[in-house]
Parts: sequence; structure tokens; C-alpha cells
Amino acid sequence: MKYAVDNRGYYGRFGGAYIPEMLYPNVEELRTRYLDILQQEDFRREFDDLLRNYVGRPTPLYHAKRLSEACNAHVYLKREDLCHTGAHKVNNTIGQILVAKHLGKQKIIAETGAGQHGVATATVCALMGMECIVYMGEVDMARQRPNVERMRILGATVVPATSGSKTLKDATNEAMRHWINNPTDTHYIIGSVVGPHPYPDMVARFQSVISEEMRKQLEEAVGNPFPDYVFACVGGGSNAAGAFYHYLNDEHVNLVAVEAAGHGIHSGESAATTALGKPGVLHGSKTLLMQTEDGQVIEPYSISAGLDYPGIGPMHAHLFDVGRVKFVSATDDEAMKAGIELGRLEGIIPAIESAHALAALKQFEFASDDVVVVNLSGRGDKDLETYIRWGKY
Amino acid sequence: MKNRITSLFATTKKDILNVFYTAGFPALHDTVPIAEALAAAGTDIIEIGIPFSDPVADGPTIQQSNKVALDNGMNVKLLLEQVATIRRKGVNIPIILMGYLNPVMQYGVEKFIVDAAQAGVDGLILPDMPVYEYEEEYKALFEQNNLCNTFLISPTTSDERIRRIDAVTEGFIYAVAASSTTGAKSDFTSDQLAYFDKLNKMKLSNPFLIGFGISNRDTFSRAAAHGAGAIIGSAFINLLKSSTNLQADIRQFIEGIKQPSRV
Ligand SMILES: Cc1ncc(COP(=O)(O)O)c(C=O)c1O
Repeated sequence: MKYAVDNRGYYGRFGGAYIPEMLYPNVEELRTRYLDILQQEDFRREFDDLLRNYVGRPTPLYHAKRLSEACNAHVYLKREDLCHTGAHKVNNTIGQILVAKHLGKQKIIAETGAGQHGVATATVCALMGMECIVYMGEVDMARQRPNVERMRILGATVVPATSGSKTLKDATNEAMRHWINNPTDTHYIIGSVVGPHPYPDMVARFQSVISEEMRKQLEEAVGNPFPDYVFACVGGGSNAAGAFYHYLNDEHVNLVAVEAAGHGIHSGESAATTALGKPGVLHGSKTLLMQTEDGQVIEPYSISAGLDYPGIGPMHAHLFDVGRVKFVSATDDEAMKAGIELGRLEGIIPAIESAHALAALKQFEFASDDVVVVNLSGRGDKDLETYIRWGKY
Repeated sequence: MKNRITSLFATTKKDILNVFYTAGFPALHDTVPIAEALAAAGTDIIEIGIPFSDPVADGPTIQQSNKVALDNGMNVKLLLEQVATIRRKGVNIPIILMGYLNPVMQYGVEKFIVDAAQAGVDGLILPDMPVYEYEEEYKALFEQNNLCNTFLISPTTSDERIRRIDAVTEGFIYAVAASSTTGAKSDFTSDQLAYFDKLNKMKLSNPFLIGFGISNRDTFSRAAAHGAGAIIGSAFINLLKSSTNLQADIRQFIEGIKQPSRV
């Protein structure tokens, strides 16, 4: 595959494993074993079975007719919001907990922003009877309260990250510190296509089921596996990686990644990494990163906790670099309007993350026979409070 | 000129005291007087941390000193000026800069190597720089500029990797005492002692200093007994935080550690 990670863990000039030595043995163990494990027959069987019977895959590809009319194109929604736990995140946590079992690990740690990855991790830990600790920024705990309680009901311990901006970046720092201090019995389930190699590749593989299904479903729906466009929001980039994965080599498929512009790209309150970032190193990989001239990481901002991250996965940094994926952004305002619009037009209230992808549709002039797929990465239940506070519905 | 680190290790085999502190902490311009006080009190190596917004390998004490230093306005350029000042003031013991890669990358790694050497730095520790990247991209430049590079090893580092790190190292190896983030701790476990023992039996070509968790004369002398010496970080930062008279307190702290233990 043209855009795949190379044998040293890089996507072009991005990626690698930039980690302190204390993490090296863990990451190295994962690096040397993950491909083997993923190819094992019993792994595949268990993964496929759980995705089907536990997560509820394949998720529908729904032809959104009223939205299509509004956009003057054939718009299809890939319904990741219908996954068990309410977002695509569970595709990855199912995969990683099985990897953890194959590695003989007994404990699981995770970071979470919106709480979706935390819930998905707590869920699979309950399923496998494994101890689970989730780090979550204090700010995010307040704005995603229901997810905090969901994790607790599932038996996970939620630890507030109180350093820095008290959001996703800081939760990730804390999870890494925990892993340094517990190097042998613990697996760290990273929630997106970020972190040191092999995480970005491993997580992308687990999420690639999204585009694998899309190809089959489009073939059935329109007689052709190739849409004209695929839209996905990007926090770290895992749902986008999954939605793009099996189209990367099909250069005639336009891939559009939508970042969170917060109050506006140049407002000083945004999370639009490709627009504002420079190459740097954070959380174990070289990637595009929002930072000061001195190389200090900038606290990002978005109304959506899941997009509130100062970097993107190295794979996306590369796809941006070479122009294979077009990166655009949507503001808080645009995303909230698009989320409410989907509720009115289709009876679906999306996660605010996913609403960013919907908002970007407005920035394109489609031909009326264009087939457009939007990856609806999650549902809006967790965001009700934000919708209510927003009010304009 | 000979590198001060290699000169030190050529003549001194035991009880080398390396003290770590964060640049620009507690106040922006404390970097220089702290170095002077450390040198005057008999410290063997000064290791100055470049503050970073996301210090993942550090415990709460050093995290907080990083944050204060950044709030004070600390950056790489200013630190290099401060090091030059430390040299101008006659401090002649080895100076090492330790920092996460990102601030160094933004300064420019090559430019940083050259400018650091120019300012009077003897060695660098970049804990998240991969070994292969150092070897392929920077080792020659380190050598041209007469700079040592130190890698970390930990109790979970494989023997094979320790040998590989030893082979690319010039100066000394930083043996992290425990599988942990930085922070003062009280005692060594039997596993840690076995790990130090193993390192000695491996007969590496470089000496090693033991760090992480060393806090006072007791832990220093016990750690130093297993290597060429030891590194004190968080405990010293805690001292700086509470000190009302840096010169006097630093002298007392260092003398307390360097004193031969009374039986
Ligand atoms: C519903 C939803 N979509 C998207 C994201 C963003 O993550 P990623 O870019 O990895 O898909 C999140 C993260 O929490 C999420 O909950």
C-alpha cells in the first residue's frame, strides 16, 4: 500500500517512536508482536465475532435523502454512531484488548477526551474481566459528565488529569507516566492513530473495518465501491483513518479531513492542527503539532472534547504533506448548526465531533450525481448538555 | 580542548555527584547563581533541564518546575546565554543540558549542537531521541563539536540494547534506578540491586551514573557504591522551591551529600 507505514515506523517524514527509554521495552514488545498477533487465526476469529455480535457490525450505510437534497448530492452516512457504546472507538478497543490478552497483560490503562474512548475501553475491560484505569482531563470530566459515570458503572477507575490544560493532551501524558511506572503487567490502549509506532498503524488497521464495509455497501447501493468523496472529522484521526484506509490508493476518491476550528482558525482558540501546526514531537511520534516558536505545545480549543488535541496522527500529517487528503475545518458554530440540522432532517443527533464533518459539506460544490460518504463517528447522547447550553434549536 | 565529562571520568571513578535542576526555576535568572553555588560547593557535574510543556518522563516535582520556568519565560536561546555566562563566571565543571526533543527541534537540532558547544556545554541528554536517529543524523556532529551524548537505560532495558547504547555512547550512561518517572524515593529493592550488579558485570566501555529517586546522602552513597556516582534531581528541586537563601542552602545540601558518611 502506497501510504502505509514503512518498516521503521514512518509515514514519509512523520511517525517513528520518540519515547523515553523507560517505555522502550513495552513499545518494542508491541512492535515486534502486533502484526503476528493480528494475523493469528484465533485472533481474527475472536475480533470478527466480537465486532459482529457485540459491537453490532456491519454498521449501516444510510442514504440520507433529505440531507442529500440540502447538499445537492447523494449523501450517505456511515453509521458508526450505532456501534455499541456510541462511537467508532470500540472497534479499536476490541482489537487492542485482544492484543493485550495475547501479550499476557492483566491491566489496562487509557486516556480519554470526550470519554468515548474511555467508555469503549471500560466496556471491553468489563467484557474481559480486566482492571481498567482511565485518565481524563479535569475539564473534560466536567463537560462529559455522563461518560464519566458510564465508565464508573462499568467498573473502571477514572483518574482526573490536573496538569496543563486538563484536557486530552494532559490525560495522555498521565497515561504515559502510569505506563512508565507499571512496565510489565499493563497494556496502554491508546485511543487514536497517535503515539509511538506501532500504535498509529495498529489502530488504523482496527478502524479500517469502516472503509472495508463502506466499499461493499456502496457496491450494493450504487453498483460501485468508490464514492466521489469521503468526509471524516479529525481529532487524533482514528475514525478518519478507518474511513479513508481502503480508499487511499484509489486516488480518484476525494478524501476530506475536517478539523475543529473552534472560534475560528486565527482566533487563538482552535484545534486546527494542519492550519496552525509545525512538525514536532509529542506523545511518541513526529507529527504536525500546534506549538509556540519555542516548541512548547499550545493548548488547543474546541467545543468538542474529542477534537481538542494539539496534534494529529503521523499518518494524517503525511497524507496532508503529500496532498492525498484535503484538510478543511469547521468552527464551533458551524458544527453545532450542522448537528442540529441533521437532527431535523434525518432524525439523527450526531456527536459534536461528527457534526464537524457534516458542517464541512457546506464548503463544497458537489455535482448532483456525486456520491458523498460522511463518517458519522458517534452519536450525540454524550453531548446533550452542550446542545442544551448552545440552545439555538 | 578536552571534553570536561570525559576528563572527569578519566580521573574520577567513584562518588561523582551530578545535580539536576530546571533552567529558569525558581526565577528566570536563577540558572546562573545556582550553577555557581553548585560548583563552589563541590558538585562534580551540573545538569540543566530545558523546560517543556509536556514532560512525560517526569514526576510531579519536575513537572511543576517546568511549568514555573515556562511561565517565567524560559527558552532555549536564553538558556544558552545563561550557560555562556556561567562559563564567563569561571565555573569549569562539566555542564550537561537535558531536554525533550521538541524544543530542541524547533531551535534546530544541528544549530543547537553547535551553539551549545560554543556556549560551553559538554554533553546533552535528549531522552526521547531514538538511538538510530542519533547515530545516523547527529553523532558525527556531536563529535565534531566535542559534545558527549548520554542515553538512558532502565531496569527493563535488554542486555542487547544496553550494549548497543554503550557502543554509541561517549562519556557516561544514565542508569535509571527504577521503572518510574522522576521523583525522590526512599530505598532500593533487591531487584534494583541485582540490576546494578548486572551492569557492573557487563563491563561496559562507559561508566554509568545512577539516577531517579536519589534524595539525600544515604541514597546517594548507596547508589554511588554501585556505579561511578549518582544523579540528584527532584530532591534538589524541592530544596530550591523552599529555599530563602539559595547560596547557603545549596552549600549545605551538597556538603551534606558529599561528606563521607559517619559511622
Ligand atoms: C464521536 C467521536 N468522533 C471523533 C472523535 C475524534 O477522534 P478520532 O479523530 O481519533 O476519530 C472522538 C474522540 O473522542 C469521538 O468521540
